[in-house]
Amino acid sequence: MAELIPYIVLFPLIGFAVNGLFGWKYKTNPIAGVIATLAVTASFVVACIIFAGMLGADAEHRTLHYTVAEWLNVGKVNVGISYLVDQLSIIFILVITGVGALIHLYSMGYMKGDLGYARFFTYLNLFIVMMLQLVMADNYLLTFLGWEGVGLCSYLLIGFWYEEVKNSDAAKKAFIVNRIGDFGFLVAMGIMLVAFGTLNIAGVSAAALGTGSSAAITAITLMLFLGCTGKSAQIPLYIWLPDAMAGPTPVSALIHAATMVTSGIYLVARSNILFALSPATLSVISVVAIATALLAALIGIFQNDIKKVLAYSTVSQLGYMFLGLGVGAFSAGVFHVLTHAFFKACLFLGSGAVIHAMHHEQDMQKMGGLKKYLPITFWTFLLATLAIAGIPPFAGFFSKDEILWRAFSQGSFFLWLLGVLGALCTAFYMFRAVYLTFYGSERFDAHHHPPKEVGAAMYIPLIVLAILSVLGGLVGIPEALGGTEAIHHWLEPVVGEGEHMAIAHITIHGEGMEIALMIVSVAVAAIGILLATRYYKSKTTLAGNERKIGGFYKLAFNKFFIDEIYNTLIVRPIYSFSNGFLYKIVDVKIIDGIVNGAGALSAWFSSVARRIQTGIVQNYAVMIVVGIVVLIGYILVF
Amino acid sequence: MGILSLLILIPLAGAALLHFIKNENVAKYFTLAVSLLTFVISLVAYFQFDNKALGFQLQEHYDWISSKSVSISYFLGVDGMSILLVLLTTFLVVIGLIGTWNSITKNVPGLMALLLLLEAGMIGVFCSLDLFLFYIFWELILIPMYFIIGIWGGERRIYAAVKFFIYTLAGSLVMLVAIIWLGVEASKISGVFTTDLIKLTTLSRSLPLDTQNYLFWAFALSFAIKVPLFPLHTWLPDAHVEAPTIGSVILAGVLLKMGTYGMIRFNLGLFPQASIENASILCVLAVIGIIYGALVAIAQTDVKKLIAYSSVTHMGFIVLGIFSMTREGLQGAVIQMVNHGLSTGMLFMMFGMMYDRKHTRAISEYGGVAKITPVYATFFAIAMLSSVGLPGLNGFIGEYLTIMGAFLSPVLHSWWYSIFSATGVILAAVYLLWMYQRFMLGPITNESNRSIKDLSMREIVSVVPLVIFMIWIGIKPMTFLKTSESGAYTLSNSLLGVAPEKTNDFQIVQPQVIIK
Repeated sequence: MAELIPYIVLFPLIGFAVNGLFGWKYKTNPIAGVIATLAVTASFVVACIIFAGMLGADAEHRTLHYTVAEWLNVGKVNVGISYLVDQLSIIFILVITGVGALIHLYSMGYMKGDLGYARFFTYLNLFIVMMLQLVMADNYLLTFLGWEGVGLCSYLLIGFWYEEVKNSDAAKKAFIVNRIGDFGFLVAMGIMLVAFGTLNIAGVSAAALGTGSSAAITAITLMLFLGCTGKSAQIPLYIWLPDAMAGPTPVSALIHAATMVTSGIYLVARSNILFALSPATLSVISVVAIATALLAALIGIFQNDIKKVLAYSTVSQLGYMFLGLGVGAFSAGVFHVLTHAFFKACLFLGSGAVIHAMHHEQDMQKMGGLKKYLPITFWTFLLATLAIAGIPPFAGFFSKDEILWRAFSQGSFFLWLLGVLGALCTAFYMFRAVYLTFYGSERFDAHHHPPKEVGAAMYIPLIVLAILSVLGGLVGIPEALGGTEAIHHWLEPVVGEGEHMAIAHITIHGEGMEIALMIVSVAVAAIGILLATRYYKSKTTLAGNERKIGGFYKLAFNKFFIDEIYNTLIVRPIYSFSNGFLYKIVDVKIIDGIVNGAGALSAWFSSVARRIQTGIVQNYAVMIVVGIVVLIGYILVF
Repeated sequence: MGILSLLILIPLAGAALLHFIKNENVAKYFTLAVSLLTFVISLVAYFQFDNKALGFQLQEHYDWISSKSVSISYFLGVDGMSILLVLLTTFLVVIGLIGTWNSITKNVPGLMALLLLLEAGMIGVFCSLDLFLFYIFWELILIPMYFIIGIWGGERRIYAAVKFFIYTLAGSLVMLVAIIWLGVEASKISGVFTTDLIKLTTLSRSLPLDTQNYLFWAFALSFAIKVPLFPLHTWLPDAHVEAPTIGSVILAGVLLKMGTYGMIRFNLGLFPQASIENASILCVLAVIGIIYGALVAIAQTDVKKLIAYSSVTHMGFIVLGIFSMTREGLQGAVIQMVNHGLSTGMLFMMFGMMYDRKHTRAISEYGGVAKITPVYATFFAIAMLSSVGLPGLNGFIGEYLTIMGAFLSPVLHSWWYSIFSATGVILAAVYLLWMYQRFMLGPITNESNRSIKDLSMREIVSVVPLVIFMIWIGIKPMTFLKTSESGAYTLSNSLLGVAPEKTNDFQIVQPQVIIK
């Protein structure tokens, strides 16, 4: 079984190489898309075979290793290009290759005719390769390779249409903000080497178990989490993700919703023992997570760009996942990654279909009434919206509710309460989006350009993802509802020990309490939907209605001015300091001034000394006499 | 005659023969042939070199100025660290020549002769095992570089050339004093004035610590100017901006490494105790250089100046790695020297190609060029990403190992060196990505740029080998690290053998489990 592992990576790598080397020849020819899609599909098939093999094996025999080659072996840095496929990574691999293949297929329709068609699929396959490195690595350095590699692909794809400054700005912002996080990852690896002498993930966990909690572990986990706030868009580094919507919509679905942004959750779950050994870090994660979940949900309420709504919703949902991790419910976090990948990819692809039909219009104020034009898109979008809103029995209900339940029983009442509040916002803004897009009056020119439903390449992925959004939650039905919690039992060997250690105190509640809370959260979601229905369902215009709300609307609409604050407090001061002070004063005036000053000084000294050399013999004679007198005087006196 | 002498003599003879060649094209092809031959011979040397053996190999030793009381010899030899730098040199000369084939039109034979002279000098520096001989090669390099900048350079070429010459010469003279002093001290102990590196390595350890310190700083000053280490770096932007492309490629690609190579070979090699004592000072300067160079690079509007300041950053990593004295740090420093040669060399060369087409260095004159020259944009992006330190490409390996080396260093008693230097990783993305964006992306802001031609076949041929090595080192760095391993490990062991135990912030625990 293990010998199949490299093929998961190999196929997309071949696709990348072929399209990268020859793509310029076949430009807009669909062959590039076919190659790329087949490559990812092949790797999905391999992943399925491995998964089937794992299902057939005992729990202890589900961990597979495969070493491709030695990578770096210098002193204590001893890592290989070696893969670890176990219960945790296979979930991510299946999502990456499975949802990835669907989105590749979708892209063949979406990107049709684009001049960068082959380039697009080259990047997309490279992304799959890098993302697989991230989740399959058996050491932190290879994870880091994937970590930065997906960052590169994200950069390339956000700025895919680089002729527009807005797009290349967004791409650059994404890369730089992520690099701040990567700095944390880098430092974490350094501390690991000092403290444990290894970068092997299992080795670090084992060594950490040996030492028990320590300041080093807290430092490592905090630094790793800094990395997560970058890649997985949490406070304070989430600001790149909304801008990243500048990329083509399939990219938003694949990279900025289903896979890359969940890397942080993977990393924490993978390092669950380290994190469990640092309660301080877990508290930090919980606080950051709930704050992010709420803040992003609030911002999402008043966005008018359909992709921006989904982007803030992603930030918010990632917050929920981290909330699960923060309270020590690692498997619940991973469960939400899984369901979120289905419904959020479906939502993004749906929005892509809308944008496609609307000739690249993203502003929902200029949509409305699309239900009758785009029936498939509408129904799949609606199902996914029900899933994210937390309506049973759709997928999102089970995973989100479990996080809330664990936040309540392992965390605190306040975490739960804020989480429920966020869920209210989620239901509200998602249905606002549905109503503005698909209901109400047609706020566009329907006569000249009637919107057309998308082709099969695009609606097949929508339908598959919609089905998964409905059924995906079945793998984790809680015991309180008579389920088996299959995904938790599956993950138990990987995250079980960490979960046990992380839970400092658990308030024992009966199943009655669990069901009661469920009812509360479903009721809250229903309220959110009803509110949205009331305010948006039949509205013909938007302008003015929301503005009446006043101060809060202004704050939320302008995203709480976070970008402006960063610009004023960080970006511009650094530039002014570099340019105005360091370069123009320190470097040019002071340092180089001293260098040139030294030169000028010796030139001046020479120009003075030169005057002695007058070329007049009498002057030299005088100097000789003076010299002799001084010399004799010196001898006489001393 | 040994193979190392051959490596020095062939370009030297080529330079002399160029005197008789007046035709420009003949001169170019002749130089290409000579540099290719040198490259092939350096490959032969590389394959003769035994990675596993300790000490200096391919040694050649001839008495030169020798009497009962004086022993100065023509003494060559390489270890794994120097052979890599020799390869880098011979490789970059060939690549640079092809890449800038049509850039120079004025007095081509003259430039070619200076280039070969430069090559001979650089190889000599990396192969000398006698301090006197080393010094001769070291100074030999100044002359051709001075003329290359001063004759074929830009508008302020005279200023830049003179600044380069005097600045580095001032440093070298201090080193000359130190070499003589060291010889005199040696003669006090052994009765013979010697400049033999291997003999001095044992003798210098018995010198009083004060003397060791003075000598250490004399060497360090000279090397730090060459590196250049903050705050001795201001000659570099001027020299780069004014130098013709081939000059910048060799200057950034190889010349700067002479400084860091000298630090490894002489500072660490001859004065271990002084090195340990002063490591923190040099590392502080290195870390300041990393951050300072990056911040100042952000402010640049001239592409060449920006790349020049990025060199200050990258070279800072090398110095940090060297004076961490750990295996990781030294190996990282060596590979980073190669990396910087490849990536910065390629950036300068590629920008030179654009300069040949547009004749301006101002970033603001470009914008949206990727649309017009997609092949150029792709290769430039790879060089840029290598410089950013993206994992999977070469730059990452060097930066990563030096940062880890600083973390693990028992002579640097703090993590702050590593943490601050790691911020350079963020800043590198800022200045390089921003430069790339203004240079290549966005709408075409300058209509006259529409006529810019994409890379020619010749130009592609010159950059492809660089890209191959960038990926090779990124994915399979051990090919090269294995070569420098024995040299770096031996040095690190001998240094840290005399170092005091580190008082660790955290207890070091070896993992108990063996994975698979």
